[in-house]
Amino acid sequence: MKLRSLMCLFVLLSVVGCGRNEAPQSPELVVYSSRIEQLIKPIFDQFTEETGVRIRYVTDSAGPLLARLNAEGANSPADLLITVDVGNLWQATEMNLLAPIDSAVLAENVPASLRDDQGRWFGMSVRARTIVYARDRVKPEELSTYEALADEKWSGRLCLRTSKKVYNQSLVATMMSANGEAETESIVAGWVKNLAVAPFSSDDKVIEAIAAGQCDVGLVNSYYLARQQAANPDLGVELFWANQQGEGAQGRGVHVNICGVGVTQASDKKALAQQLLEWLSGPEAQLAIANLNQEFPVNPASEPTPLIKEWGAFKADNVPVVEAGRLQADAIRLMDRAGYR
Amino acid sequence: MSSPVALPVVGRAYGRIVLRVLGLVLVAAVLAPVLVVLLSWWSPEGDIWQHLLATQLPGLLRNTVVLLIGVGVLVSLLGVSLAWCTVMCEFPGRKQFDWLLMLPLAVPAYVMAFVVLGVFDFGGPLQALGRSVFGPRWGVDVRGDLSVIVIFALVLYPYVYMLARSAFLSQSSETLEVARVLGCNARQAFFRVALPMARPAIVAGVSLALMETLADFGTVAVFNYDTFTTAIYKSWFGFFNLQAATQLASLLLLFVALTLFAERRSRGARRYTQGARPQHHRRYVLSPTGRWLIFAYCGAVLSLAFFLPMLQLLLWVLASGGEQFNARFADLIGHSVSLAAMAALLTVVLALVLAFNRRFSSARRRDVFSLAQLGYALPGSVLAVGIMVSFTWLDNRLFLPLQQWLGIDPRPVLLGSVLTLLAAYWIRFLAVASGPLDSTLERIRPSLPEAARTLGADGWRVLREIYLPLLRPGLLTAFVLVFVDVMKEMPATLLLRPFGWDTLSVRIFELTAEGQWQLAALPALSLVLVGFLPVLLSIRASVRR
Repeated sequence: MKLRSLMCLFVLLSVVGCGRNEAPQSPELVVYSSRIEQLIKPIFDQFTEETGVRIRYVTDSAGPLLARLNAEGANSPADLLITVDVGNLWQATEMNLLAPIDSAVLAENVPASLRDDQGRWFGMSVRARTIVYARDRVKPEELSTYEALADEKWSGRLCLRTSKKVYNQSLVATMMSANGEAETESIVAGWVKNLAVAPFSSDDKVIEAIAAGQCDVGLVNSYYLARQQAANPDLGVELFWANQQGEGAQGRGVHVNICGVGVTQASDKKALAQQLLEWLSGPEAQLAIANLNQEFPVNPASEPTPLIKEWGAFKADNVPVVEAGRLQADAIRLMDRAGYR
Repeated sequence: MSSPVALPVVGRAYGRIVLRVLGLVLVAAVLAPVLVVLLSWWSPEGDIWQHLLATQLPGLLRNTVVLLIGVGVLVSLLGVSLAWCTVMCEFPGRKQFDWLLMLPLAVPAYVMAFVVLGVFDFGGPLQALGRSVFGPRWGVDVRGDLSVIVIFALVLYPYVYMLARSAFLSQSSETLEVARVLGCNARQAFFRVALPMARPAIVAGVSLALMETLADFGTVAVFNYDTFTTAIYKSWFGFFNLQAATQLASLLLLFVALTLFAERRSRGARRYTQGARPQHHRRYVLSPTGRWLIFAYCGAVLSLAFFLPMLQLLLWVLASGGEQFNARFADLIGHSVSLAAMAALLTVVLALVLAFNRRFSSARRRDVFSLAQLGYALPGSVLAVGIMVSFTWLDNRLFLPLQQWLGIDPRPVLLGSVLTLLAAYWIRFLAVASGPLDSTLERIRPSLPEAARTLGADGWRVLREIYLPLLRPGLLTAFVLVFVDVMKEMPATLLLRPFGWDTLSVRIFELTAEGQWQLAALPALSLVLVGFLPVLLSIRASVRR
């Protein structure tokens, strides 16, 4: 009977699938990561090769991972948590999921504005969110600050990613701490008025829209542009470092965020976890991380990749990144009020 | 109310009790995570509610209603008309369309969404072509109500198609012939006999499609189209307020529960049994124009819903090179297939237990067993968290103390095990398997098993020799639907998978999370191809019948 043999085949497949449970070896670390596999596995592999410490990991969005850590409580198998935005790390500390780590190596390798003051999380790479523009329709002299994109001259020429993305929430949060809430709200409302088209679901779409002529300027994380420029040298989209000149908020520098990592409260291998943290902040890992995703190293002693060095040095907003986490919910409310979807 | 079908599958009293108890355990298992969701109301989150009401809720509700109506109408039209054509009319390629039209089921809605955007959007190849003709400022934004509705309809109509098709197939041609003899023309026979008789199947299909639409997050996110589910995710991922998110989700649940309940009630005492052995239909013979029109219609739907996205995915795969093909990729496929197969088998068996329970119950008790279908009405992530919370509760309160007491090194046993992931799948997809099973079961005349009993067959024999053979089309459909749904499932797989158990959908998530849609084409294409294998096999099995 055909049906029966079909069923047998599936059962067989299932059993084969189940049977491949690897035997646990020690030592081993468990990581919950919202940084995706392609961007962490090569680095972990390198660590395993050097130290013999195996790393097992699960990837998911930050929300579910935090919920899981929280539900598992003291019994969680996780030793470390990696997230791609400081807002998520700040939440993790609010939920008391991360343990403080006191390390002289980390204090030296990671600038104070890119780590928690109690040592509960540390940046492992830096991403800059800045202005990109169409080479043939915009002169760089026309550009200055995030705030200036609310100017009428950009009416119908601006493209943005959705406000649901945490990158934009963090950007607006730091604008709030620089300009105050009322002024930021009118700036964001100005952005919305200038939109050429409803917000996109990804930074890549913003860059593609500029390349295709749907709009002229946009806000993206620099590594997205680096990737697209590498794939297509004739892209026609260029990068501009925002808020470099002027006094006060005007010249506060480009908004930077981190991909960061912390040791969980539940971990019973905190020393080993600390070893991984310190290794991640060292020159070798920093180079690997920067190469994988065209991000900037956190360690000031490490150099960015040649491709992004071409964009030139920039001044970064040195407001502690934790501000972005603290103000995230307020930023979302503000964007909702301003009609930024 | 329904005429008493007092006959149990298993004759002796204990058999009936075992069936009941099993059914109630299943309902409880589904309700546990749902209750976790409902418990969120202990701490009201007035703050976020007020904010949502003041800013977004009106727009979200408008979008959600438009989407539900649009998708509901379109999947009914497509599903029923295609099923009627392939079952009742003779036209070129009928045999092939009969099964080909099921294939879009294997295309995940989020994949369809990013393909459609890639092809038709301003930056896509079509509009670029348009600009080379009409000038550089030419172009339109394709994201809107219509495109989202069409995408959902194209990938979800197979639910209706498959269920309506098996309903039409099992309608005896005598019934239709009687209608014709009594003076109905073909159209009247369809609207007055065939369609009403197929109602339970069609409703089951449409409600599956609508529940999936309601709970969807990935597809609408690609289009930045805000629905009620968007608000749920915003409360959770943005405000980090899981409480408010689950409160919103429980409203969604209530809405679905009430709608399903109302539909069941409106059927009243009508019954939908059929003659025992459906004969082969004499199909309508159409004029040549009619034949080719139907061919063109089926062909158009199939091209849009299946061949076009496949072609685009293939082009992307070719463009991105073959470096993803390695041993790990084979692992992804292996994990996807084995999880889907195990989950589908398990879900179909459990859904059968529930279906029999419903069949042998009074109307009110039947509603109790229908509660087990609510798992499908929650957004995947919310249900996954509910399941995770209830299983960690068991781990922390039951298994860890037990291990300590036994002197074993305590470690969580449930969370992160294949068992838990499978539980998540069947809790979510019981509703999917129930649709085809219930509607097939409803068509079996009670007199058949009764006769078997009278002739002295025991309960198992009735099950084996009467019910299972007659249920076969329903069982196959249920298996295929769940298999494909598990392949496509993302949130529960992400949250509950054991270490290293990455699947194709996990890989798609990881690539699309960073916007690398073109690289996601390979896992997406593989997912579709592997997903339709059981569709093909089941069709061969059902054709042979």
